[in-house]
Amino acid sequence: MIIVRSRGQRGSARTKGIESHHAFSPNRILGSVNPLRSLQSFIVLLWLTASCQAQSAAQNSSSTNIFAPSSTPADSIYKLSLLVLAVTGTIFVVVLSLLVYAAVKFKRKSGDDREPPQIYGSDQLELAWTVLPVLIVMVLFMTSARVIHAIQDAREPPGTIEVTAVGHQFWWEYRYPQYGFVTANELHVPVSDPAHPTPTFISLLSADTDHSFWVPRLAGKTDLIPNHPNSTWIDPHETGLYLGQCAQYCGTQHAKMLLRVYVESRADFDRWAQTQQQTVQRDAAMSPKAIAGRRVFESTACINCHAVEGTVADGRFGPNLGHLMSRNTIASGVAPNTPRNLRLWIQNPNAIKPGALMPAMNLTDKQLDEVTDYMLTLR
Amino acid sequence: MSENSIPIWDSTTSVQAAGSSSLSETLHEWVTTVDHKKLGLMYIGVALLFLALGGIEAAIMRIQLAVPHAHFVSPQVFNRMFTMHGTTMIFFVAMTVLFGFGIYLVPLMIGTRDMAFPRLNAWGFWMSAFGGLLLYFSFVGGDGLYGAGTAPDVGWWAYAPLTSPAFSKGHSTDYWTIALLVAGFGTVATGVNFVTTILTMRCPGMTLAKMPLLCWLYLVMGGMLLFTITPLTAAQLMLMVDRYLGGHFFDTQAGGSAAIWMHFFWIFGHPEVYVLIIPSFAFVSEIVPVFSRKPIFGYPIMVAATVAIGFISFSVWAHHMFTIGMASYSNAFFVLTTMAIAVPTGIKIFNWLGTMWGGKICYDTPMLFCLGFLFQFLIAGLTGIMLGAAPFNWQLSGSYFVVAHFHYMIVGGLLFALFGAFYYWYPKMTGRMLHQTLGKWHFWLFFIGFHLTFDFMHVPGILGMSRRIYTYEPERGWGAWNMIITIGVVFQSVAVLCFVFNLLWSYFRGRPAGNDPWDAWTLEWSTSSPPPAYNFAVTPEVKSRRPLWDIKHPEDPDWKYE
Repeated sequence: MIIVRSRGQRGSARTKGIESHHAFSPNRILGSVNPLRSLQSFIVLLWLTASCQAQSAAQNSSSTNIFAPSSTPADSIYKLSLLVLAVTGTIFVVVLSLLVYAAVKFKRKSGDDREPPQIYGSDQLELAWTVLPVLIVMVLFMTSARVIHAIQDAREPPGTIEVTAVGHQFWWEYRYPQYGFVTANELHVPVSDPAHPTPTFISLLSADTDHSFWVPRLAGKTDLIPNHPNSTWIDPHETGLYLGQCAQYCGTQHAKMLLRVYVESRADFDRWAQTQQQTVQRDAAMSPKAIAGRRVFESTACINCHAVEGTVADGRFGPNLGHLMSRNTIASGVAPNTPRNLRLWIQNPNAIKPGALMPAMNLTDKQLDEVTDYMLTLR
Repeated sequence: MSENSIPIWDSTTSVQAAGSSSLSETLHEWVTTVDHKKLGLMYIGVALLFLALGGIEAAIMRIQLAVPHAHFVSPQVFNRMFTMHGTTMIFFVAMTVLFGFGIYLVPLMIGTRDMAFPRLNAWGFWMSAFGGLLLYFSFVGGDGLYGAGTAPDVGWWAYAPLTSPAFSKGHSTDYWTIALLVAGFGTVATGVNFVTTILTMRCPGMTLAKMPLLCWLYLVMGGMLLFTITPLTAAQLMLMVDRYLGGHFFDTQAGGSAAIWMHFFWIFGHPEVYVLIIPSFAFVSEIVPVFSRKPIFGYPIMVAATVAIGFISFSVWAHHMFTIGMASYSNAFFVLTTMAIAVPTGIKIFNWLGTMWGGKICYDTPMLFCLGFLFQFLIAGLTGIMLGAAPFNWQLSGSYFVVAHFHYMIVGGLLFALFGAFYYWYPKMTGRMLHQTLGKWHFWLFFIGFHLTFDFMHVPGILGMSRRIYTYEPERGWGAWNMIITIGVVFQSVAVLCFVFNLLWSYFRGRPAGNDPWDAWTLEWSTSSPPPAYNFAVTPEVKSRRPLWDIKHPEDPDWKYE
């Protein structure tokens, strides 16, 4: 067996062997791939996978695609992510080309059992692939830091809507301190005109375990942690319904702790807020069945957890029911708010949301009908 | 070269002298052994058992998620499955199998007869094994007095206050806590053992700079173990104080802090990721040179990069916590450290590439798996950079994107390297080669399955799918992606069956390997396969990093150039 080893001729210099080995020059490595073209192809590749969803997201505001932002924080993240994708995409294409080239080009040919030149390293190359990544890292760090500062340290402009969101197992409580009412599961905010922004700043609290507030098209997620008040903000540019869901594991029904944000014109929002503020004595207008339902509601454990303004019900563990009928869904976005679903929910919450903390109250069929009728009056 | 084709794992002289041994004698032999090779094999065996369990748990989750609103398992069962899957795979598969390979290989590669503390070695193994059994006993014993819960369902991070008595009734969380405490003690013992062995037991002539790279990587890993397990152990003890002695460390209802648990967990959890990935670097750093027929490119900078990763990995933990509302400058700091770790990692990738460059690469199964490793590790690193940019992380963390990312790292990186290691060192461990064709089937099926599952898993994350949800709404458009992900699992399962069959079949029928089937260069290939209990009849003496090259090429030995 004849052994060819180029290092024998090159004395003490570690790099000589490499220079003699023509294919392995730094110029080849750094100059062989056009970064712009590779960037293009990478983005095309990525978009192929997500494009269908992104396209439909433009029309369908209920999408949860992070690449279809409709609010300043989500939009700044989107722009940063394009830069990060471009940089990582370029690195990917360059390194992958080198890898494929090496894997194909340097395959051992059958019958060739001589050992290749033994090369131990190259100071210049190793320095190059240390320094270049350091520069890339600095760029990514500084751009990230700018976006972090812009989003996290933003000040509240005048006209800001303030909301306190409280995470519960497994639903959302929303308090509007400027308006003095409490609602649940469906957050309403006014649209924000970029010329005169009226953003919504949301304080995030938790009543029990960790949760996370994530409406991808409006902002990145922020956790709700007990004893650790947080905040986030959104300024939606378009009206519509924005969906999301709890993004921090919080217990059995983490999956069905859905988020619904209704972005409305200022007039619609004001009208909605006015409705939520009203507390009217309703008995006069109620059917006898609903009055009976109210009596059942107020004489069972319902009122330990639920509140209805203007009545004895003032519980805090469950959603406020004062204007239940103004909501489109029940059980934190899990089911449409229809009389049938409502009755089923009251009868056995676990049938809709296994693991929900509301107990089945073992009401009779008659009581169920009555309580459902009462609920239907809570507009 | 002497051929040793007798397929015996058990090569102690006493058994050989007795000629035959009863089952109980063999069992006694294995239970009481302090031999690093037997303990290594037992580690690997236990890990494979837990791999099967963790894999079944993963399959259950994937069946449940294949279509929206599925009713295959209840939410409670699903939550237990992902908790057990994560805990099992990290602590009782990945750690265990990597220890197994390290304990088997390190003494052989540094030319000594055993680990520095053989009894401590055995103790570490049994603590890990019983820790795993304790965790799984929770399926039977976890309901305690309440009759409700069985296996833990708090997630493998077990974020407070979900673990407090108010939210976690019964004993399932206790099983989780104590299992990890027990296994953690064993892990620290193993860390001490690696460090001591590598620092003090090297054969004559083997300076630190002449160790095989694998030993350097295990040295760094062992050192990291000493510091990374301890915060977890401390946190577990505090949790037990909370649960049983009325403490309030993490009891938020009494003023405790949930965020402190996160810090404790992740200052364990992130270095832990590198504890797992560094041994897979070690396998790749041994296999790629041998199959490229060249020495590792830039040995000193590879060592430096590993040590750098070891240090920096202790300063990045809060990138798991970008969403918990830290101050903006804290977030920026952890972006910087997280990005910084990409530099030494990049150096490693380029140096493996440099090793292949100009070589004559043979694509035997171990090398195929290493190529898979390089490709997938590259992608995992790049998605890691995306996650490291904190604002991008606010969108991606807690979603399926991050699930795809770390599976890319642990399955696409660690597991591929590990499969490569199995094909590479199995001949040494058993004296027989693994079947090549079956190996190729294993590789391609697993490769296809892996990419079906984990490439497509990034997409639902981008489309807003949270992790740890047991079901989802059909309108979200995640259904098709999840179906593809689940189909990939079928391929992966078949591939793993191929692998297990290969392990068993080759043990009895495989081609005899001889001492040195790969024409390799490190000391373990100079002794018989499997090695005798004493490893080397005569203590070897080395002059370079590739002692067998020096023997095979006396006219042009390595030590002239290093």
